[in-house]
Parts: sequence; structure tokens; C-alpha cells
Amino acid sequence: MAKSIDVSDLDIYYGDFKAVEGVSMTIKAKSVTAFIGPSGCGKSTFLRALNRMHEVIPGARVEGRVVVEGQDLYGDQVDPVEVRRQIGMVFQRPNPFPTMSIYENVIAGNRLNAKKMKKSETDDLVESSLKGANLWAEVKDRLDRPGMGLSGGQQQRLCIARAISVQPQVLLMDEPCSALDPISTSAIEDLIHELKTEYTIVIVTHNMQQAARVSDETGFFNLKATGEPGHLVEFNSTQKMFANPDNSDTEGYISGRFG
Amino acid sequence: MTRRGDTVFKSLATSAAVLILVALAGVAIFLTLEGMPALKAEPDVLGGKGNIILYVWPLVYGTLLAAALAIIMAAPLSIGLALVISHYAPRKLAKPIGYLVDLLAAVPSVVYGLWGIEFLGPRLGRAYAWLAENLGFLPFFEGPASGSGRTILTASIVLAVMALPIITAICREIFSQTPTLHQEAALALGATRWEMIRLTVFPYSRSGMISAIMLGLGRALGETMAVAMVLSATGVVTINLISSVNPSTIAANIALGFPEASGIKVNVLIFSGLVLFVITFIVNFLGRLIAARGLVKEGR
Ligand SMILES: Nc1ncnc2c1ncn2[C@@H]1O[C@H](COP(=O)(O)OP(=O)(O)O)[C@@H](O)[C@H]1O
Ligand SMILES: [Mg+2]
Repeated sequence: MAKSIDVSDLDIYYGDFKAVEGVSMTIKAKSVTAFIGPSGCGKSTFLRALNRMHEVIPGARVEGRVVVEGQDLYGDQVDPVEVRRQIGMVFQRPNPFPTMSIYENVIAGNRLNAKKMKKSETDDLVESSLKGANLWAEVKDRLDRPGMGLSGGQQQRLCIARAISVQPQVLLMDEPCSALDPISTSAIEDLIHELKTEYTIVIVTHNMQQAARVSDETGFFNLKATGEPGHLVEFNSTQKMFANPDNSDTEGYISGRFG
Repeated sequence: MTRRGDTVFKSLATSAAVLILVALAGVAIFLTLEGMPALKAEPDVLGGKGNIILYVWPLVYGTLLAAALAIIMAAPLSIGLALVISHYAPRKLAKPIGYLVDLLAAVPSVVYGLWGIEFLGPRLGRAYAWLAENLGFLPFFEGPASGSGRTILTASIVLAVMALPIITAICREIFSQTPTLHQEAALALGATRWEMIRLTVFPYSRSGMISAIMLGLGRALGETMAVAMVLSATGVVTINLISSVNPSTIAANIALGFPEASGIKVNVLIFSGLVLFVITFIVNFLGRLIAARGLVKEGR
């Protein structure tokens, strides 16, 4: 079940350093939202604040509100572990668990939930997740081989399969194609198109064509100056962002004048 | 310039390696040559035992028992402590805890011996009395309990404390080298910290943990002074851990027997030293084998 996300006036700190300032936006359910902007402007930081992954880093904290379908993500009673079960994440570099087979990688998340599942049920789950990640045909004959034995693009799709096997409501992706070749990239872009019928997808990308190809809405982040916190410059439908953005900085960035 | 540096370094490294092998071979040859006469030793220098094998066997048993007990206690504790330092304690606390544990490694074994006799023994003596009374039906705690507490169990506890800093230091290092990439993968799936550790830190550190435990075991097998001081040994073979009748260990037996030994008695002690040498060799070899098997399985 896909969910929408409301962010209001979010500040994110690493210790005393303010990395992101004053971000407000609404991320629609069952759509693809892309974040673009020069590196260091806080895209990853902001993305990680959407499933509380930043809390892994000592001293990282947020101020402001993130509300997922009516529920405050940072409420007192909310367990970050529970949040991450609902909001999955795919990282820049493919990171299948090195000691596990393809099969074990896909069901790793379900093993955590400690539900006892029958072999036939896990078999089905592995198949549907791998199919969902467009990887089934390539690996169905070698499910017991190490996940690390796959190519980079296959590993990344394995990570997507692993993320969707726990049926998250939102899928966050941080430059999921930046370590991949063009063919693997295009496979993942196709996959994102299919996934948005079921999931809310938020993707960070440094590749503007990619943002234009896959996303429905785009947010442009920028720094006022080095050392200043990053902020959201413009958030609009992707069509509008790339045709006639409201902000001249956005236009400058998209037309390649800087960044 | 670089090429000359390479040559110099290469010959240095090679000669160091050769030197180590020569030293090792020298020790092995010495122990074998000097130990052989013990095969013909008479019962009067063997503490009444019929032949050298009957003499050495209880010592081997005591050595292995003490070391095994020590590792059973030290390994889980060390791994837990290493995890606290690498993954649980806030950074401000982790550093001092780490230093403190490292400090334990710097304490001389005589001091551990004194601590074992004067502090630990008497206190454990009371605990042993309780164990004998309430759990006496278990063969380990059959009693009669030693009042001074100078038992094989006390010696093992001292050994455990001595092995702890070694195992902890190595485990801490490898735990903290687990790639962030994989730890984040686990956390992003909704793993708790402990689940993340089971999913990524332990598999990643498996062979390192085994090596660490083997090093700790090596220390426990070879430790001499502390055991010689703490253990009140009579050279029996028993699994009763709390009585005043205890098996001795090879190292402690050599240390205690050598000052008064002469003639063939010296050869007898050297022979037992050879046995200890072989045991440590086998333990290390097995450790490497297990660690290597882990690596193959992980496909690295
Ligand atoms: N773990 C961290 N600790 C401290 N500062 C960080 C950390 N991660 C990122 N930052 C800082 O936060 C800012 C935003 O970084 P990031 O979110 O990675 O940017 P982007 O993903 O847009 O390239 C940068 O100035 C970066 O140096
Ligand atoms: Mg980034």
C-alpha cells in the first residue's frame, strides 16, 4: 500500500553543522519523485531523514515534521526500526549481503520479522520479489549462488528485490544507477516505471535526463554558498521543471550553466 | 632508487621469514633430542608413574581442561565486550573501555597469580562449598570443596581474565571494520541493532573471531606462572572442578619441577614441553583450517 509523505520545515543537522534547512514538500503516493542538485547540497541527507536512516550517524538529528499518511515519523512513540520496515531504501552502491545466496538475500528482511514461513511461502515470495525487480529470468536457475556473484546491475536489482520483499509503502533510492553501466541503468529505469504502480518512489539522481525520464515530480536542491545549508529551491511537476521552471536558478542548473 | 629499495626490503623480509623458521625448527629439534631420553625414564623420576606416557597424560588433560574452561568463559565475554566497544557504547565511553581492556593485557602474570591466590581463591572457596552442597550431584561439583579455592576452576578463571584482552582487542578491530554499506543494508530492512550485528557483523568477522579465540587459547595453554601459583595440583585426572585434588598443567609442572630437576628428570620435563609444543601447533593449525573453511564458504 503506497503512502504519501508530507514534509514541513525540516532542518537536518550533523552535530552542530546544519546540512539541510527549511524543506517543505508533499510527495504523492504511487508516483516517482526525483531530487536533483549539485553534490553536497543535502539530497542524500534529506532522503535518509525520510526513513530515519540518518540516525545511524552519531550526532545527526532533525527538526521539523515528516508525516506519512497522517502519522508523524518522528513522534515519541514511533520506533525507527518500524519506520524502516515501512520505508525501504536502495543505496548508491549495490550492497547484497556478501555471505548470503541470492535466495537468502531476498528473504533477509522477512527473516527479521521472525514470522515463521513455510518453504513454499518463501519460495513464492522470492519468485514474486525477483519478478518484481525484473531479475527472475536471469537468476532463477542459480538462486543458491552468492548474491555477490552477480553483475553490478543485477546486484542492484537484487537489492531492489530485497527491499520490496517486505512490502514497504515507500521506496527510497539514493543514486541507484550511478555505479552502473547504461544498459543496467535503463533496466532499472524501466523497473522504476513498473514499481510506481504499487509503491511511492523517491529517487535521488545526479543525472538530469534520468530525472526527466522516470519522475512525475522533481525537487531541485541547492546551496546558497559553500558551508551554508542546502535548501529546496523548487518543487514542481517534472514536465514543468524541465520546460519552464519558476526559478531562474533551476533553469540555470537544468540547462547546464552550473553544477 | 625505488628498485634498490625493493631489493633491500625483499631480502630483509625473506631473511626475517627464514630466521623465524630456523628458530622454530631449532626449538623443535632441541625439544625432540633432549626429550627422547625420557622414553626410557624409570618410575622413580616419573613421580611413581610406570612410563612417560602415563606421566604426561594427566598433564595434557589438565592443560586442555584448564584452557578449554578458560576459553568457554572468555570467548563469549570478550565478544560481548568487543561489541559493546564497537557497536553499542557511545564513542565517548567506548574509548576508555577499550583502553581499560588493553591494560589488562599489560598486567604481568605474577600479579594475576597473586590475585588468584589472595583474592579470588578464598572468595571462590565459599562459592565452591555452596556448589558442592547444592549441585554436588553434578560430577563437576562433586566436592569435597577446596577451602582455599586453589582449584582448576579458579585457575581457569584467572586464565580467562588473561585471555580476555587478547580476544577482545582483535574482535573489536574486526567488528569495527564491517563495511558500513552492509550494516546500512540491514538497518534499512528494519533490522534492530542486534539483528544487524547477526546479519552483517558476525558473518563478516567469522574467521577473525576464530583466529582471536585461537590466540586466546594459545595464551591459556602456555600460561605458566599464574597457574603454577594458583593451582594446588596433585596430578590426577578428574572432572571434579572444585576439589583440592587437581590435575596440573604442563607449563606449570615444568616451572615447579625444573628448579630441583637433574639428570633424566630434566629430559622428562623437556619431553612434556615437546608435547605442549605439539598441542599448541595443532590448535593453531586447526584454527587456521576452520578460519580458511569459513572463507571458502563465503566465496571470498
Ligand atoms: N555523516 C556525515 N557527517 C557529517 N556531515 C555529513 C555527513 N554526511 C554528509 N554530510 C554533509 O552534509 C552535506 C550534505 O551531504 P549529502 O546529503 O551527502 O549531499 P548530496 O547527497 O546532495 O551530495 C555535505 O556538506 C556533507 O559534507
Ligand atoms: Mg548523495
